Amino acid sequence: MYDKGKIIGGLAIFLCLASFPVWYMAASGKADYRPNPVLPASENQCVESAQYMREYHMQLMQQWRDQSVRQGDSVYISSDNRTFDINLTGTCLKCHSSKTDFCDRCHNYTGTAPNCWDCHNVPPLNAPPQGTQ
Amino acid sequence: MSNMNIDRRSFLKLTALGLVALAAKPALDLISKPSAASALNGPAPGGRLVMVVNLNACTSPDGCIDCIAACHRVHNVPDIGNRKEDIRWLWDVSYDQAFPDQEDRFVAEPLHDRRVLVLCNHCDNPPCVKVCPTQATWRRDDGIVMMDYHRCIGCRYCMAACPYGSRSFNWRDPRPYIKTVDNSYPTRTKGVVEKCNFCQERLAEGLQPACVEACSNGALTFGYLKPGTEVYKLISSQFNLRRKDELGTRPQVYYLP
Amino acid sequence: MIENILKGGKKYWLLISGLLLFMAAGLAAYLQQWDIGLAVTGLSRDISWGLYIANFTFFVGVAASAVMLVIPYYLHNTKEFRRILILGEFMAVAACLVAITFILVDLGQPARIFNIILYPSPGSIIFWDVVVLTVYLLLNIVLGWVALDAEYKEVDPPTWLKPLAIVSIVWAVSIHTVTAFIYAGLAARLFWLTALLAPRFLASAFASGPALLILLALAMKKWGGFDPGNQSLDRLAKIVSYAIIITVFFLLLEIFTVFYSQVPEAMAHFQYLLFGLDGHFSLVPWTWASILLACIAIVMLVVPSSRQNRSTLALACAAVFIAIWIDKGLGLVIPGFIPSPLGEISEYTPTLIEILITTGVWAMGGLVLTLLFKVVLAVRQGKQ
Repeated sequence: MYDKGKIIGGLAIFLCLASFPVWYMAASGKADYRPNPVLPASENQCVESAQYMREYHMQLMQQWRDQSVRQGDSVYISSDNRTFDINLTGTCLKCHSSKTDFCDRCHNYTGTAPNCWDCHNVPPLNAPPQGTQ
Repeated sequence: MSNMNIDRRSFLKLTALGLVALAAKPALDLISKPSAASALNGPAPGGRLVMVVNLNACTSPDGCIDCIAACHRVHNVPDIGNRKEDIRWLWDVSYDQAFPDQEDRFVAEPLHDRRVLVLCNHCDNPPCVKVCPTQATWRRDDGIVMMDYHRCIGCRYCMAACPYGSRSFNWRDPRPYIKTVDNSYPTRTKGVVEKCNFCQERLAEGLQPACVEACSNGALTFGYLKPGTEVYKLISSQFNLRRKDELGTRPQVYYLP
Repeated sequence: MIENILKGGKKYWLLISGLLLFMAAGLAAYLQQWDIGLAVTGLSRDISWGLYIANFTFFVGVAASAVMLVIPYYLHNTKEFRRILILGEFMAVAACLVAITFILVDLGQPARIFNIILYPSPGSIIFWDVVVLTVYLLLNIVLGWVALDAEYKEVDPPTWLKPLAIVSIVWAVSIHTVTAFIYAGLAARLFWLTALLAPRFLASAFASGPALLILLALAMKKWGGFDPGNQSLDRLAKIVSYAIIITVFFLLLEIFTVFYSQVPEAMAHFQYLLFGLDGHFSLVPWTWASILLACIAIVMLVVPSSRQNRSTLALACAAVFIAIWIDKGLGLVIPGFIPSPLGEISEYTPTLIEILITTGVWAMGGLVLTLLFKVVLAVRQGKQ
């Protein structure tokens, strides 16, 4: 191999730079950070279990969206047979009423910016629960 | 060396066959189903929703816009403030503008100053539904032509296809232009098309459409078109007009002049 | 082969820089549009399609025009087109990319473009247009590249190339017919609701496309040392002549139908286009310029001596190209919306951002064209 020293040296520097986020976070202890969304005081159980919601709330919302808008069916029966009205502002945000204290905590951490809020309204703090969507 | 010796006759036969093969399924699709959209194709048990506008009872010539204000308030329709980007679900126009196909006729005196309320006609054969490339708009069983703002890519083909000019596009973010946001109904975002939805969210709660409820003169009547209902009585008992019905769109807003 | 795009003289790099500059300006303007929305254009509730869709329609035509080389060469053994064929195919690639990009910049929610594929709607002509344009783009890339590669390696092209070329003939007609169907199936817009729209599109495509190709071939001869051959240019010029005559004839047919029948709603659109309507006449000078240019071009092309003279040929082709761009672009899309379905008239003027985005997309097409032609030149010059 020509210029063996330069190539291997360059590769090593590149790998260090590329893996910088990994070893820096591990060394500084910042990797231990977990987002801490503020859970609602009123209810103990969401539409589904917390684990399920953590993993699948995106898909659930898409299913809700299509079911409610495209099929006109706004009733959701959860896996433990409770009935919910399919309504982002009226059902989800009734309990998770502060977007900044709940939704944004994880979304900001993961760097996602779902565009739901372009259309769907975030209720003002301390507002009474809303009705139809 | 290539041995593809194909003479003109064979080529033409092959092309014709190929074209027929290519066109078969699309042609069948086009003529068989008007919209591949919703799972709700077919007649609804309740019948078909229609709106009847009584031009005589409407006091919009005197400046009344109760219905328009109610509709735009309940649905967070923005007031952009210029004609270019205006978003309108329900608005009033002159008789000539509502019925332009009746050119130059001698308009009866009472109709001269009539203002006609125009809105999406929720056609039975909607051209906008046919042309939507993503099925973001579709026709429900009960006749309402729906919009899915999540699906719309903003191509505005539906706006070109609508013979009534009923559809509006969000040329910019509408939120700064909504006076008071009604939290119980979403707004829309820039880049999607919107229009009257016959208040489907209110109908689901058993309410009348906002415009019908707001009219204190009873100029607007709404309901299923089947024997015995009020709209049925209104339409079957007197002469009524629909906009541009020669186009075959089968609009479902009836006007009593 | 492709490394040749990095080897060029001063003029080549000047051209590339100029194109990149326009692309950058277009991108900056597009970022404004992305941020604010389509309110930055001159479009309105009444006139919801404008400069972008006009250009899309026009460039689909230019893309389809490659067929005017493929048919004579592959079906009628017109050997003169052997050297210029690949330029036509690569021009189709660039034009196709330009057309597709114009659709993308026109969308209100471009990030959702894949909804067209995720939720296929066979009842929608735009769905079919996406399908046929994509296939056509791929067809021409394959056809051009494989043929050029074979030439580079000095072997015969593979046997499957010819059947593929024949498919591209049918496909070229289909892309422009489907594009015409976008307009011609709308009962709401009487200006477009005519069976003659697809033939008009095809005729004007077969005039404007080869006209551009002649101009490109002449430019390549002057600055690239590429000689297309007098016979091929003359044949192409004859194709342009017939096509522009048929285009103007079709326009006269439309005018007769509309003005003889005197149906008010049908007349109104043509009145706006030709004479202005109710004091609104912003398109009138453009329309008459287009008609004048087309007539001058017809004269210049029909007279053999001026058709064979390279300078007058170039002028005539430029005139054809511009005339059809006006007629099939703004002159097609805007009058369809004026008067509105309620009989109202508002006018449309593109904004600076709209124009910058448009020139940016043109520049992108020019860049693709330049790079592809550079490779062709390099391969051909390598032979000498």
